[in-house]
Amino acid sequence: MNSGIFHSTYKADMGLRHTFHEKLRWVIFGILMLVFPFFADRYYLTLANQIGIATIGAIGLNILVGYTGQISLGQGGFMAVGAYAAAILTINMGMPWWASTIIACLVTAIVGALFGIPSLRLKGLYLAIATLASQEIILWVVTHWDAVTGGVDALVVPAPMLFGINMSTDFNFYWLVWALAGVTALLTANLFRTHFGRAFIAIRDQDIAAEVMGINLFKYKLLSFATSSFFVGMAGALTAHYRSIVTWERFTIDVSVLYLAMIIIGGLGSVRGSFYGAAFMTLLPAILSNVGRALKSSLPIVDSILPFIQQAAFGLVIILFLVFEPEGLNKMWKNIKDYFRLWPFSY
Amino acid sequence: MQRDFRHTLNSSHLKPGDLQLKADHVKLGFGGVTALYDVSLSIRQSEIFAIIGPNGAGKTSLLNCISGLYHPQQGSITYYTGKAEHEITRLKPYQIASLGIARSFQNIELFRHMTVLENLMAGAHVHMKTSLLSSMIYWGKAQREQIAFRRFVEDIIDLLEIQAIRDQPVGSLAYGLQKRVELGRALAMKPAILLLDEPMAGMNAEEKEDMARFVLDVNEEHGVTIVLIEHDMGVIMDISDRIAVLNFGQKIGDGTPDEVRQNEAVIKAYLGEDQSTAPMKMIEL
Repeated sequence: MNSGIFHSTYKADMGLRHTFHEKLRWVIFGILMLVFPFFADRYYLTLANQIGIATIGAIGLNILVGYTGQISLGQGGFMAVGAYAAAILTINMGMPWWASTIIACLVTAIVGALFGIPSLRLKGLYLAIATLASQEIILWVVTHWDAVTGGVDALVVPAPMLFGINMSTDFNFYWLVWALAGVTALLTANLFRTHFGRAFIAIRDQDIAAEVMGINLFKYKLLSFATSSFFVGMAGALTAHYRSIVTWERFTIDVSVLYLAMIIIGGLGSVRGSFYGAAFMTLLPAILSNVGRALKSSLPIVDSILPFIQQAAFGLVIILFLVFEPEGLNKMWKNIKDYFRLWPFSY
Repeated sequence: MQRDFRHTLNSSHLKPGDLQLKADHVKLGFGGVTALYDVSLSIRQSEIFAIIGPNGAGKTSLLNCISGLYHPQQGSITYYTGKAEHEITRLKPYQIASLGIARSFQNIELFRHMTVLENLMAGAHVHMKTSLLSSMIYWGKAQREQIAFRRFVEDIIDLLEIQAIRDQPVGSLAYGLQKRVELGRALAMKPAILLLDEPMAGMNAEEKEDMARFVLDVNEEHGVTIVLIEHDMGVIMDISDRIAVLNFGQKIGDGTPDEVRQNEAVIKAYLGEDQSTAPMKMIEL
């Protein structure tokens, strides 16, 4: 049994992973991710791709809400900006999908920073309402700016091709989305080892002290909005390319709430928590409908009330998490690890 | 064990005794309430300058004016770095911090969810230069910068004797240790002036002794100018070089501890009008 983690260099001390077991788990996880698409059927690949997109979006939202403490209900709107920017650039300007994705991320970052301006004066619930307004403004623009966004009609995005390969098939998209999710996670984890990340957390924990320590609140709040929106825009652009159809209905306030639920259940202020939450909130409805389908033959009544059960279970899970483990799945995983690390002397 | 410090904690270019900060006829009010009437004082490099006075005298307001949290309605505050002279009266707190004025707070205002180490690293924020993008890539220069500051912060950990708690979140630490970490966070800025707002409030005699020793270490080994608000007269009289006394927003006296002890106005403020002849030992001055 080890009595602690002792590093002999500062470089190792500041590493993302410290112990052999952490590295081993990471390798095992990587191998599983690599072999998964060769064994999974289309249904599971679709779920995996949805989780990938949600992970990128949840990491983005977590930078803003979990790490910087700026509550945002504008997630759906910012994803819409990313999706529509990518779609419009691809359709109207004939850009390749990868270029439109990059520009969509930058456009969303700028839009996010613009809607972040009120955050200098507003905190907590007031900021939540301001970002809710940004959600509604963006969707209003999307549905009324017919000439560019096609209004309430759907935009059809051509298939993303890379060296003659269609990237939007489930198998090919899997590699794309998970590579980007991996990069997003790494960049974000790195961010929070440096002064930018510490400035974000400092603003969340104690903004007056942060300012007296030399942190320009306005600059760093806007930077947080911009970095967060960059990744949220990426999630939106990937949705556009993957689904090849972009409609405003995919980016309503429900999406904002869903993503907030993801990061609360996964763990606020945690990169891996964002992944856990994204996986959980994507798999929960899938599992519920599978269970419902399995029960349909023996209990016919289940079929008619299934949608209600799904809604109720969704709400119940969030309440249970808030009550029993407010720090989310990430904390639960830590507790499990601690239990086995100390076992059998768990005192 | 004596350890040689590889880094200096002082970023000032002035020689000891040079004028470093000058407050000139500072007046601060909130609506109908006036917190400071016409306060002037000067602080010199490498001295321990104490500000004392009864509750509500305006000590913390004065500190807030210096660190930019409040902006006085009249008067000016000038700060000398040895290379330039800065009028800091209207600057924002983060601008003043980047000029080298650090502070701690009366009620601990640490970043609760960060570890001790991260709090200290956050204190060194103004010295970190890498861009957002290279920080996210964390390769080469960005990594070297973080490691260099990690090494620097270890000197502060050694100075304040907080090695055992470096990886603990500060929210879970005892009060006395939190105060110590807050001192460390201010030191990580490599301050030219360190403003300490009641660093020993609520501590027992032993903790106060420790804290006084740390403050003296910082002042003597590194030559950092200290501006100190404190209610414990024993500590104030022992460690400070000069003292300013505030009462109801006015400066009623300043000078060396001995001069302040003899000052009629100070005695009056602490003991009341009728007992102005009372022996000074009653108030432990």
